[in-house]
Formats: sequence, structure tokens, C-alpha cells
Amino acid sequence: MFKRADEDARRPVTIHVEGIAVEAREGDSVSAALLASGLDVRRTTAVSGARRLPYCMMGVCFDCLVTIDGVGSRQGCLVPVTEGMQIEIQKGKREIGR
Amino acid sequence: MTAPKRDHYDVVVIGAGPAGLAATATAAGAGLSTLLLDENAGPGGQVWRAIDSTPVTTRALLGADYWSGAETVQAARTSGAEIIHRATVWSLDRNLEIGVSIGGGSAFIGADHVIIATGAQERPFPIPGWTLPGVMTAGAAQTMLKSSGLVPDGRTVIAGQGPLLWLLAAQIPRLGGRIDRVLDTTARSNYLAALPHAFAFMTSPYFAKGLALMREVRAKVPVISGVTELAAAGNGKLASVSYVAGGQRETVPADLLLLHQGVVPNVNLAMAAGVDHRWDELQLCWSPVLDADGNTSVAGIAIAGDGAGIGGAQAAVYRGHIAARAATAKLAPTTAVKLEPMAGLRQKLACAERGRAFLDVLFQPAKQFRIPADDTIVCRCEEVTAQEILDSVKIGATGPNQLKAYRRTGMGPCQGRLCGLTVTELMAEARGKTRDEIGYYRLRAPVKPIMLSELASLPQTDAATQAVVRG
Amino acid sequence: MIGDYDVAIVGGGLLGSAIAWGLGRLGQSVAVLDEGDIAKRASRANFALVWVQSKGLGMPAYTGWTVRASKAWPTLNAELKEQTGLDVALQQNGGFHLTLGEVEYAQRTELVARMHNQVGAADYRMEMLTAAEVKKMLPLIGPEVSGGSFCPFDGHVNSLRTFRAFHTAMKQLGVDYFPEQPVSSIAREGGEFRLATARGEIRAAKVVLAAGNANQTLAPMVGLSAPMGPTRGQIVVTERTMPFLPHPLTTIRQTDEGTVMIGDSKEDELDDRVLNQPINAVMADRALRMFPHLARLNVVRSWSGIRVMPRDGFPVYDQSETHPGAFVACCHSGVTLASNHAFDIAGMIARGALESELVGAFSARRFDGDATPNGSGYY
Repeated sequence: MFKRADEDARRPVTIHVEGIAVEAREGDSVSAALLASGLDVRRTTAVSGARRLPYCMMGVCFDCLVTIDGVGSRQGCLVPVTEGMQIEIQKGKREIGR
Repeated sequence: MTAPKRDHYDVVVIGAGPAGLAATATAAGAGLSTLLLDENAGPGGQVWRAIDSTPVTTRALLGADYWSGAETVQAARTSGAEIIHRATVWSLDRNLEIGVSIGGGSAFIGADHVIIATGAQERPFPIPGWTLPGVMTAGAAQTMLKSSGLVPDGRTVIAGQGPLLWLLAAQIPRLGGRIDRVLDTTARSNYLAALPHAFAFMTSPYFAKGLALMREVRAKVPVISGVTELAAAGNGKLASVSYVAGGQRETVPADLLLLHQGVVPNVNLAMAAGVDHRWDELQLCWSPVLDADGNTSVAGIAIAGDGAGIGGAQAAVYRGHIAARAATAKLAPTTAVKLEPMAGLRQKLACAERGRAFLDVLFQPAKQFRIPADDTIVCRCEEVTAQEILDSVKIGATGPNQLKAYRRTGMGPCQGRLCGLTVTELMAEARGKTRDEIGYYRLRAPVKPIMLSELASLPQTDAATQAVVRG
Repeated sequence: MIGDYDVAIVGGGLLGSAIAWGLGRLGQSVAVLDEGDIAKRASRANFALVWVQSKGLGMPAYTGWTVRASKAWPTLNAELKEQTGLDVALQQNGGFHLTLGEVEYAQRTELVARMHNQVGAADYRMEMLTAAEVKKMLPLIGPEVSGGSFCPFDGHVNSLRTFRAFHTAMKQLGVDYFPEQPVSSIAREGGEFRLATARGEIRAAKVVLAAGNANQTLAPMVGLSAPMGPTRGQIVVTERTMPFLPHPLTTIRQTDEGTVMIGDSKEDELDDRVLNQPINAVMADRALRMFPHLARLNVVRSWSGIRVMPRDGFPVYDQSETHPGAFVACCHSGVTLASNHAFDIAGMIARGALESELVGAFSARRFDGDATPNGSGYY
């Protein structure tokens, strides 16, 4: 869906998406990195299980909810990637204690 | 991520877009203790997003308007203000107590004056299939482009109307991205309606810029005008976009659909703080009731920028300066007289707003794109359709709050940001009432979610404990 | 003038709509007059409990009335579902009032004892459980939970869906609903009641005041009295999470949707627009001490509601002697008592007389002397 512009000379950052290593760039939001990864990063809603991807990328739609380093329901579009970050795609309702 | 150094400031500015940055520069520059809080990782809000960190450094690609923001950022940075990023304001009340969440912990900050500069958001665009993965806003694509240098590379359709649409459609190819079609939903009747404002527009800076952008886009991408119907389809993700233009229906395969039909004020914090709003019949959104200095119906709270009414980046800057100058006049009158005179600022604001009326009329989204029917989802969070809302009107729901009780619209984490306008308009049409008569959701803190642990760590009082611990 | 009805009901909340539906089922022609979108609707601001334990200390008749309602709820649930297709998610597998620390445990134990010792009260098997016993039923409780009281009849329901179900069902039965038409005055002329609203007059053979706290103002218009003592309560609501709470508590429940509601507070403050942050902090803190794993769950909403609360906490059901055919009905537990309102109260109104055996104790005449029962249906 998205590719990186040739201009992009930012430092690479490695994150893990469902255990798979993905190269992001320093300054990417988690959601941007997920959308650029080429992986299927669709989440499923807590209401009906419908599939969603980020819609607004600015923190108002809440469709970018993702589990980051074990904490669920983070707005991926507002969190910058860090080296070694563990990202899990959220399926349905928030898990107990995560 | 640092905690605020004080627990009370002269001025707290919320939002580091053009208005917030300008207000911060003026207030702190005048010697007031000033705190600027912003949810994002860096300054710029939406229009100057990632101005500090964008990988797209070749100036011509993002354009002069974007880079002009660097000056305002710099002014805020060197003003002596305390600036905290990745700080989410989730509460503001009449006592000017601000609840802010930083790094997973919350605290309350006090202020003598608060300037809300939380700006605008994309107007909801509830077409069939708009919740499908692969449907995003033009703003989202712009954010990805500015912040991460990411551009669409699949089958991409851009649909909607308004200046931002043209800007994005120009920027994407500049960076080597792909757009297959631009679908312009500008209502044909609007051209005639906008004519009375045409002179002001043509003598404003927007005219030449707008023409240039449209020319650039049309040279590279097929543009279909007069689109009257639009729908996205797919099974679990976007597969195609269908539209009607000139009486003809077309369907094109697509991986990405970028929607845009203007921006509207992000009202949640202001409304939750008790600020009065009224329906703006021209901009078709809720606007705060303000005086000329940006002061609201709540003493000590002012609003500047697009949150005060859509006016664009330049107008936002001047509104920010005006609001901060008014705050200075209130809190430090002897210093205020040394600042740029208010009259001068107001004149600059008027100049920046010149031509807006034309854009507002021309780009008023057509009704069918604001008010959906049948199975189209209205509330994305709770997955409530237009028909379900009409069913609730049939059993007597008179407004959004009773609707909320019946169907949970507005109860999700977005707190009505993506459904509220649609609900108000849908109910107004169904009941034959004005938007003002229908009203809006009654919003309250937290205006953005915070963890239970954050709430639990906030100050408790004996009175509160007695009110809770009973029996 | 907008028609002649058998019954006009002032107030379209859970109580008014339950009675309206009940009357509609009996073939009565009914008009319901209601306020608009912004109103202090307790029907939209409650904790959705169908609750029995600790009800009626100081008035044994209330205990009996509550137990009756609890037993009738499954019938209500089934009928609403059959008529509207809506499942209001009734769950009646018992509920808790948990205590933190030893002092609270001792206080609750004492309350349970007082209830057991009350003469004439129905036995509803409210008992104290130790922390270990609670943990068997609520595995995720935290170490500070010292135990609590449990009653096997307690339960909860989706009260908003119940509200919607009543309105849907009553419309299907031909009940006329008039929102945005608050009643300004009621007169009795020519053997019927005339209710004045901003949009004209409604006439009915009987009138039922079901306007919550506003009954206090309306009741004297028909020779009745309904002394109210409202209080404000705050609630915090979280995002949806996987099911973890198999039984509702007085202060925490997990809805059928998966959201967690956390309460509650009691203040004399009556502005429902203001949020008292320290109260939210106390409630959140206690919730975490009861269920530590909730720490990272996001709070997405907080609101406050004004409780419909008769002065002593017990319901008021009365019929007028000076204005025959006028009734007043208000109570705190509009959710729990919904079944009684739909079946019993509606039936009594249709027949023209409240049954003293069932509801005689709830006449407002009990306020006439100084001896207001020193207890409450609500703690």
C-alpha cells in the first residue's frame, strides 16, 4: 500500500511485529511502520470482530489500536518506534492484564 | 517524556500547531510563565507536522507554505516557554485545572489562563465501506508523507473536495507515489453559490496557489469532476471504489482510498470544559462562541486556531497571537502595552481570512456525503448504522444523548469525533429540526482515554473518600 | 388537545416506560409525556443492578417487594425478548459487596446481622464470605479484599437496552410517546385529567406521575406528595475487555459488552455536568485494589447522574383521594423494580386501585409524622 520515498535517509530501527522483524525508520509512528511493512496488520474490533486499519493517523479515530511491548490499546499513530519494540496486532477485546 | 516543572502556570497552551506555537511565543515572550502541551512527538500540529523531523527535506516537495512554519516553531522554542511533547490533555474544567497524561502517568496542572489550540480534524466521510481496511483520510496520507516519507504505491484513488485534496494529490506524485484517479465531489451548484465571494478569493493568496496545484495535479492524474455518489467495497479490505459522475456509474479496483471533505474543529476538550458552541450554517460544524480575543463562555479559557473556526494556518497564527496578547493584557497589563498592537494583529488576521468565504461555500460538502443511509456505518467505534439511528428516532429519541443510550453511538473511545456531526445532521433531517435544536453529545472528561492506574493515582480527598466508601 | 387516553404517564424513564408497556399489554390507551434530549435521566445514568441484598433495612415490606421483583425479572426478560427481539442480558447468578481491609469487613458484617435480625423480612440468604471464599468465585481479586457479602439472588442487566426495549415494545403496543413535552400543570375537570404542555393539552381518565425527582413538584397538583432527596453519583467506564468478572459487585460490574463500570459515589451536589476528580480517583483506586489486573485498562468515559431518591430511600406509590385516578410512582431502584412496575403496578393502575397488601407501606403518608424510618433502601 505504501512505499518509502527515496529521500528518506533516516536511521533504520528494527521492530518486531507478531514476532517478525520489520525495518522501520527513526521517527516513524508505529502505525506508519506497520502500514509500510507489507504485512497484514489489520486488527479486529471488540464489537463485531470486523477488520480495521488506521483511518486518520492523527489520534482521533482509534482504529490504530495495537499492543506495544505488552500493553494493549495503544494508539499506534501517536507512538514513535523504538529499537526492539514488540508489537502485537489486537484482536477483539483487550486481554486481561495486558 | 518529562513532567511539568510547576503545578501552576500563568498560561497553559494546549496544542502545538500554528495557533498554539504562536500563542506560546507571544505569552512566554511577554514574560508570562507558559506551558505548551502537545500530544504528538514534535511540533507543528497537522499542517506543519513533522517539520522538525521530516525525511522529505527537499523544499519544493512539501512546499513553501509548509516550511514557513519553521519560523513559528523557532519563535516558540526560543520564547522561554516550557514545551512538553507526547503529553495528552484529557481534562479541563471551569477551574482551569488541566488533567494531563505523560508517559503513562497523570497529573493536574493549574493555570490562570488556558488557550485551547487543539485545531481541527477531518470531517467524517461516511460512505458505504468507509470502515474497510485501505480506506483512510487524505490527512492520514499527508501525515505518512510528511512524517515518514511514505507514499502510496498500489492502486490509489483520492476522493472528495477541498484545498487539502489538491495539495495531497500534488505532493504524492512529487515523491514518486501513485495515484490512479482523483474523484472530485464538489457540488456543481456550489460554483454558482460561491460567485459572490469570488472577488475576495481571487485577490487572496489562495487563488494563485489553488490554481497552480490543480494544474499540477491534472497534468499527472485523471480527475473526474461532479461525482455525486461514492462507495467503497471489499471483503475484509478495500477491493474497489465505485462512483457516479455525469450520470454514469464506474467501478475501479483499488488498494487505497483517500477521503477528504474538509476539516472541522476538534471540539471535544472545549465542550467538555463547558465552552458554549453553536452550529455554523456555512461551515456545517460546531464552532465555539467567542469574542474578538478568542475568549469563550468560560472565564479564563480562550480558543485559537482552527478550533475557533476553520481558517487555515496563517489565520491560526494570528489568532494565537491575539489570544496570547489578550491573556497578557489581563495578567500583565504593563507588559502588554509593549507588544504588537492588537489592531495590527486583527488586520493581519482579516487579511489571512480573505478568500475563506469563497472556499467555505464552494467546498460545502454535499448532503449525501454528510448524511448516509441504510447500512452505512455512522458510529465507527460501536458499529452503528444510519438505519439503526433512524429506528431510534422512530421510537422517540430526540437527540444524540438519548440516541447514545439506545444505541451506544458516541460511547466509544473517539467520543463522537467520527460520528457526532453525522448523528446531529441525520437526526435533524429525520426530525425536521435545526442542527442547533438537535444539539450534540454532552462531552466530559476524559476526552482521551487514560489508564485506570492513572486515575487511581490522582489526589484523593477525605470528602471524596466519604462520598465513596459507604456501608 | 391531543386525544383522550385511558392513562397519561408523566415521565418516560425506566419507571414510566415500564408502566406504559404494562398498561399497553393490558389493552389500555396510554400517552407518555417526556422531556427532551438533555434531561437528568436516571434511566441513562444508573448501575444496572438487579439487586436484592441490603434492601429494606428499616422497612421489611421493601425487602419483600424487592425479592418479588427479582423473581419476576426472568419473565420480564423473556417477554421483552419475544416482543422486540432484544436480549437485555439479564444475569442473576448472585452478587457481591466486597470490602477492603478489616474495618470495612467488620462494618459489613454488622449490617448483614442487622438485616437478618429485622423482623418480618423475607430471607434472601445474604451472607458474609471470607476472602478465601470470595476468591473461589472471583479468582482475580487482589490481596486487600477482606471478603464481602454475597446474595445469590443479586444480578444485573443491560439497563440501557432494557430502556430501549421498553420504548420499542410500548410503541409496538400503540402507546403514544410525546418527548419534548414536559407537563407544566395538571387539572382535574369533568371527571378527567387535563395535562398542560407547551404543545397542547393531553386528556386522560387517569394520570400516573413517574417523573422521578420532579414528582415532588408535580404531586401536589393532584393532591399527593412525594418528598424526594436526590443525590449525585459518579461512574467511570472502561473500554471493552475479555470477560473476567462473573458476578456483579455493588461497585464494579462488567457489562455484557465487556466494558467495566466502576462506581459509585453519593453527594448532595446536584449538578450532573460537573465531574469531581477526587471521587473518580477514590473509585479507581478501590477498583484497582479489588482487581489489580485492571491497572492498564483504559477509562473511556466518566459521567455523573442524579439519583431518583425518595427522602427515606424507599419507593413512593400512592393514589390520590382528592383527585381520584391520579397515582404517583417513584423509587430509587428503577432497574430492579422494573418487573413489578410493568406487571404489578400497571395492573393496579388499570384496575384503578393500588393493592395495600403489596404496596401499602410505600404510601407517602409515612412522611406525615416525624417518624421517618431510619434506614434506607440504599446505602
